[in-house]
Amino acid sequence: MELETKTHTPVKQKNKRNWRKMAIHLFPIPALVIYVTFIIYPLFAAFSYSLFDWQGIRRGAFIGIENFIALFTREPFNSMFWNAFENNIVYFLLEMVVQNGIAFMLAYIIYKKIRFAEFFKAAYFLPRLLSVIIVGFLWKLILNPNFGALNVLLEKVGLGSWAKAWLGDPDTALIAIILVNSWFGLGFAVLIFLAGLQGIPHDLIEAARLDGANGFKLIWKIILPLMIPSITIMTVLTFIHAFEAFELIYAMQGSMGEPYYSTDTLAVYFYRLAFGSGGANSAAIGLGSALAVVLFMIIATISALFLFVLRRREVQL
Amino acid sequence: MINHITSRSIYYLIAFIFAVISIYPILLMIYSSFKTNAEIFKDPLSIPKSFSLEPYQKLLDQIPFFTFFWNSVFVSAVSVIFILLFGSLAAFYIARYTFWWNNYLFFFFLIGMMIPIKLGIVPLFMLMKDLSLINSLWSLVFIYTATGIPLSILILTGFFRTMPKELEEAARIDGATDIKVFWHVLLPIMRPALGTVMIINFIQSWNDFFFPLVFITNEMKKTIPVGMLSLFGEYSADWGALFAGLTLSSLPMIVLFFIASKQFMEGLTAGAVK
Repeated sequence: MELETKTHTPVKQKNKRNWRKMAIHLFPIPALVIYVTFIIYPLFAAFSYSLFDWQGIRRGAFIGIENFIALFTREPFNSMFWNAFENNIVYFLLEMVVQNGIAFMLAYIIYKKIRFAEFFKAAYFLPRLLSVIIVGFLWKLILNPNFGALNVLLEKVGLGSWAKAWLGDPDTALIAIILVNSWFGLGFAVLIFLAGLQGIPHDLIEAARLDGANGFKLIWKIILPLMIPSITIMTVLTFIHAFEAFELIYAMQGSMGEPYYSTDTLAVYFYRLAFGSGGANSAAIGLGSALAVVLFMIIATISALFLFVLRRREVQL
Repeated sequence: MINHITSRSIYYLIAFIFAVISIYPILLMIYSSFKTNAEIFKDPLSIPKSFSLEPYQKLLDQIPFFTFFWNSVFVSAVSVIFILLFGSLAAFYIARYTFWWNNYLFFFFLIGMMIPIKLGIVPLFMLMKDLSLINSLWSLVFIYTATGIPLSILILTGFFRTMPKELEEAARIDGATDIKVFWHVLLPIMRPALGTVMIINFIQSWNDFFFPLVFITNEMKKTIPVGMLSLFGEYSADWGALFAGLTLSSLPMIVLFFIASKQFMEGLTAGAVK
């Protein structure tokens, strides 16, 4: 830049080259500006917000960690946190068992070279294309106690006594939502596991077969250990996803995690604090930001832990 | 042998059952959108007796669906173009030059994939307010571009690195500038990677619900997902129109998936496998 201002005839050619050389540094600038403005800055701002007192959307005095103390000691914030946290854990574990368990089974079946493999893959993947809000609304209609397709189907096949208000009952609402989420995420998990399976060297499996490993023994002793990378990836993604769970619950059960907060999660609780639906007081943004920091820490620590384990396992392979 | 055949048929049976579970709710959504309310409430499972377009008529009377549709098209298209352009410029810089800070820069971008940015929604909201972007589609364009950049840089940098140096050198000897090497030599052979980036980000911005929920309250600026929220809020008794709305909202993606299912599946898993 400064070279340009000093330009006079004899060195013009050289300066022009220099300027051209410098121009390459403009290449990453647009991406950098947008990324820093809309991702990095808000992240740091969220941290700093949590240390201030807030009146509505006006920032007040610096109060240190008082928002965090309130979050964990004052009612109802304290019990709401643990209730939501527990639901997040259930969300994660049930997704692992149902979504990832079924996905592994289906991936293994496709891996065994059945016909129409492409069709099956596409079929499982199809729900993943819908917006989560569409998925939520669609299943809300299907699970409707009176006119929903599921209860009518149960009646038609003679299981009418099983029919119930799935989303209205605190005992089944959370499970129903997690199952809907598994319906949405199944195909993605199948593809990840399938990629893991197909990455295993074929002669390794053949060698194990010749040594007499078969069926479950083959899966348990040979295939699963060799699939640790894709299993860990799915675990991390499922974990992050479970702890960010918001849209589906918002669509199906509203921002209060109805009925009686039985489907409340930390992200929904955060939204409620930050945007004040449902009896929020003036401290909501401070508390909400404190909750965001806690949630961020949970996600970062646990994901890093999973990835650390993955790295170590990968070296062993 | 018999054992083998039974295990095979069990495989097919399981695969088939889950295919039905995956597809049937979507089929139900589509065919229910051609049923009148009376028909839906009488038997939600039956296929429509006469294909009624009445639900669509009512849907279009109730909400400005085509406005939502064009808003979605605008936001997705512009943010995908930004991501492709800015992402490949940055990736080109990171992959093809050896400045000492390049690895740090790469790492700095990659951190973005680990950041659950929804947790920064309060400062983001304030920022958009200060920039007068609340109720503007540009708020969505910027946030989608920003969230799309990290993964895109990861994918594109990986691809740029695989390209032979000779390609570039030949062009440089002929006197091509950096921008010419980028635009005329490397970008044209990047098509597969650009396609992957495009698909991932198009789906993400088309389907996102969270950011417009916070940034957009003006009915005329809503994208399809938040538009559905107002439909379900105000007309929740009119199931025919609800199914029509859901169908119309997801149809573009489903059609695209039928055209390029392989690219979709490879694209969406690309980020995770890497």
